[in-house]
Amino acid sequence: MTDDYIKHQYEPILPKKDEWPVVKLSKSRKAFIQQVVTSSVRNIKGLTGNQLQAIKEGLEVTLFRERMRIKQNSWAVDPEDEEEFWAEVKASLLAMDADQQLDDQKKKAKYFEVLTRITSRYAEEIASNFKHSHYKLTRRLVSFGFSRLLNTSRVKGFKSIFSNQYRLQDKIQIIGETDQIRDLASKGTIVMVPTHFSNLDSILIGWTISTLGLPPFIYGAGLNLFNIGIFAYFMNALGAYKVDRRKKNQIYLETLKTYSREAIQFGCHSLFFPGGTRSRSGNIESKVKLGLLSTAIEAQRSNYQKGNDENGKVFIVPVTINYHFVLEAPSLIKEHLDYTGQERYYSESDEFSTSYKISKFLVKFFTKGSDISVSIGKAMDILGNYVDSEGNSRDAHGRSIDCKDYFMLDGKVNVDLQREEEYSKKLGTRIVEEFHKINRVFSSHIVAFTAFRLLKKENNKLDLFSLLRLPEEDLYLPYDTFKGACSRVLERIKQLREEGAVHMAPHLNTDLEQIIQHGLQNVGMYHAKRPLRKNDEGNIVTEDISLLYYYHNRLDGYELEKII
Amino acid sequence: MDMNWKKSSENKPVGVIGIGSFGTAISNLLAEKNNVLVYARDEAVVKAINETHMVKNRKLAESIRATTDPEMICDSCDVMFPMIPSAAFREVMIRFAPFLHPYHFLIHGTKGLSLSLPEGKDLGNIKKIRRKNISTMSEVILEETVVERIGCLAGPNLAKELLENQPGATVIASRYNEVIREGQRLLRSDNFQVYGNSDIVGVELSGVLKNIIAIASGALSGLGLGDNAKGLLISRGMVELVYLGKAMGGSTQSFLGLAGVGDLVTTCNSTLSRNFTLGYRLAKGEKLTDIVADMEEVAEGVNTVKLINLFLESTDLRAPIAENLHKVLFEDLKVENALQNLMKIPIYTDIDFFD
Repeated sequence: MTDDYIKHQYEPILPKKDEWPVVKLSKSRKAFIQQVVTSSVRNIKGLTGNQLQAIKEGLEVTLFRERMRIKQNSWAVDPEDEEEFWAEVKASLLAMDADQQLDDQKKKAKYFEVLTRITSRYAEEIASNFKHSHYKLTRRLVSFGFSRLLNTSRVKGFKSIFSNQYRLQDKIQIIGETDQIRDLASKGTIVMVPTHFSNLDSILIGWTISTLGLPPFIYGAGLNLFNIGIFAYFMNALGAYKVDRRKKNQIYLETLKTYSREAIQFGCHSLFFPGGTRSRSGNIESKVKLGLLSTAIEAQRSNYQKGNDENGKVFIVPVTINYHFVLEAPSLIKEHLDYTGQERYYSESDEFSTSYKISKFLVKFFTKGSDISVSIGKAMDILGNYVDSEGNSRDAHGRSIDCKDYFMLDGKVNVDLQREEEYSKKLGTRIVEEFHKINRVFSSHIVAFTAFRLLKKENNKLDLFSLLRLPEEDLYLPYDTFKGACSRVLERIKQLREEGAVHMAPHLNTDLEQIIQHGLQNVGMYHAKRPLRKNDEGNIVTEDISLLYYYHNRLDGYELEKII
Repeated sequence: MDMNWKKSSENKPVGVIGIGSFGTAISNLLAEKNNVLVYARDEAVVKAINETHMVKNRKLAESIRATTDPEMICDSCDVMFPMIPSAAFREVMIRFAPFLHPYHFLIHGTKGLSLSLPEGKDLGNIKKIRRKNISTMSEVILEETVVERIGCLAGPNLAKELLENQPGATVIASRYNEVIREGQRLLRSDNFQVYGNSDIVGVELSGVLKNIIAIASGALSGLGLGDNAKGLLISRGMVELVYLGKAMGGSTQSFLGLAGVGDLVTTCNSTLSRNFTLGYRLAKGEKLTDIVADMEEVAEGVNTVKLINLFLESTDLRAPIAENLHKVLFEDLKVENALQNLMKIPIYTDIDFFD
């Protein structure tokens, strides 16, 4: 893949909306939910070994947790009748305990009846509410609004508001394997796995997908985002289904996974943030959550089981989103440090808590010159082998691999959950590797990394937390020292680029002085306290060392610290 | 040869790749319950197996067939046991790779390491190596083929005793339960117990690293030293093995199992072990080159010592036994002097790897 971004108009690969899998899914929403319920109940039956006692316990634990949640942590988005519903579940369970007449067989049937009720409720809650008219409107709003703002700020003068000189694609650059993902979208099902740094990511990815001419993807969005009116509208329009992180009970998790798996099997392109939540530390994800990822593998196996070899292939496409600036950085890094430093329980706080704050950020983002790029990685099969433009898996020597063989035992496709768990781990590792390869280095990453490492080296007797507690007034770096170290880091990054281990933004091809200046200007540019700047004496100083640490983390994992 | 093997999936033969002493022993064990197809590169060996059922004076079960064709054995067998010395392992995997598919299971029995350096580098011009430059055999399989479901056999498996059908046991390690189950199904018999372990790298490293201690143990015997010295060596060797093994990605538990302590005690006491014999002859004053020249099969320990010492250069770890043995093997240090060095090391804690 080249470092240059691709700016051209992509024709939609499926011009008629009725052909979009997500539209098909929403048309058969009711039947689909029913299928999810049936399948979840069957899975839970399997997981409990169909044992009366285990099923009973599962139901009781779920009931207990749900009642606790309602009492201690209720949200605006929660339905009115929650308390009532769970009270009924309780009543049914109690009635069964009291009834001496029932034999085990009948009891079991009753428990399954309750289980089905709960799963139905969950499935209904999770299911996405895609409406094509909303989708169209949102897409227009986003593109129109964004490019108006953009042109107003960049092209000076009275007529600027009508200018089309700058398009969104100049601001948000899409690079990488754009043609491949378009090719594959009609040959199988895409599961896109992006890095996750900001709440803005979902909208950004939604825009990217539509710009590439792909039909909308469905994805799991945190239920907390649906608390805010404007987000709920956007999310529903983009085909989001709801993930409630408060619900950790087995029945909910099973229903959620089943929903995801059935949707992939249905042919819906999907989006997972494999890190689970936004990266708190600013690091690229080094570990991924295997729960949802395993649904891609299960869906693939299931397609092979059903003999759906033709269009049933699942393609994993890693994506990185590269920023100079992450709006939520100050609170994210604070949470991260609180958590790792003191093992203290932390609660999720939301900078995007009001529509006003979001709008303010968007205006800032589009009126000031901070670029974002989205790197589309090479598509892989469910074991992390690259696939060619035809969708065939290839080994390291270019030989074709039949993916079905990964699920074969004695000449037949069989179900082996332990095997699939190992495959998920392997896929997770491959995704992390690819993230590092397609990650695009910006000037701001280099200056932040270099400055923090130099400060760390100067105070090498201090552990991380003591270093972060030093008063910022005492910390400064002579410019020449800083420049020298930046130069070494830049050289090493160029070398890594040659080896294919990372990507570089084109603005790194100018001279060092310019790169440093560009980096200092852009790193965390909208924060009240700047992570890095040059003071009047010409020294490099920081106003917030935790933030500097956050932006530095972006280049962690490339062993660059060894050369500072 | 009976070509019906290829057709029926019910009774597919089990493959054995390489027919040294351990390969022969495993073939015979497998042949108790299964059809066995052996791959060997040498036409004459294959002919001897098919016609006289003998390999280098060792008797093979009569039902065992052999071939020189990698494609044919890959097509006929779903499960294969590579039993090749580490020096040739990668090359054989490269030769097999075009015919291997993700449905194959490979369960290897090689207790050695393979070096993979960047292009243009070799042992001659390199001062240290990192973990990523050293591969266990399962890692070689992953690097060179598309086979994912990999297992390894390890434990006290002296080929000669297995061939005599004495009671014994082995560990099958794999990240995949189905591989362990399959290995157990194929190998388990009244006289042969098969344990499972999910930490394949730990089990492989146990088998690999214990060879270092085995050479040292042979050397102690060669010096005519007694059982106190051997007890000392084995227990300190164990500690060294755990530290090295952990640094290379194994878990402590695996080193305490059959493949770790079980194999260590066996090899350190056995004149049947090649590594032990090599150490013994060194202590008697023979030159390494001479000993290697007239051994029938390789003592994996020699290469292991070399690689581990290069690996140590890139870490803060110390492994006194491996370091001193390296000096004996490659720098003409006398065994007696190496022993003196070891006795002077100021370590006074017995066990500290559980902290």
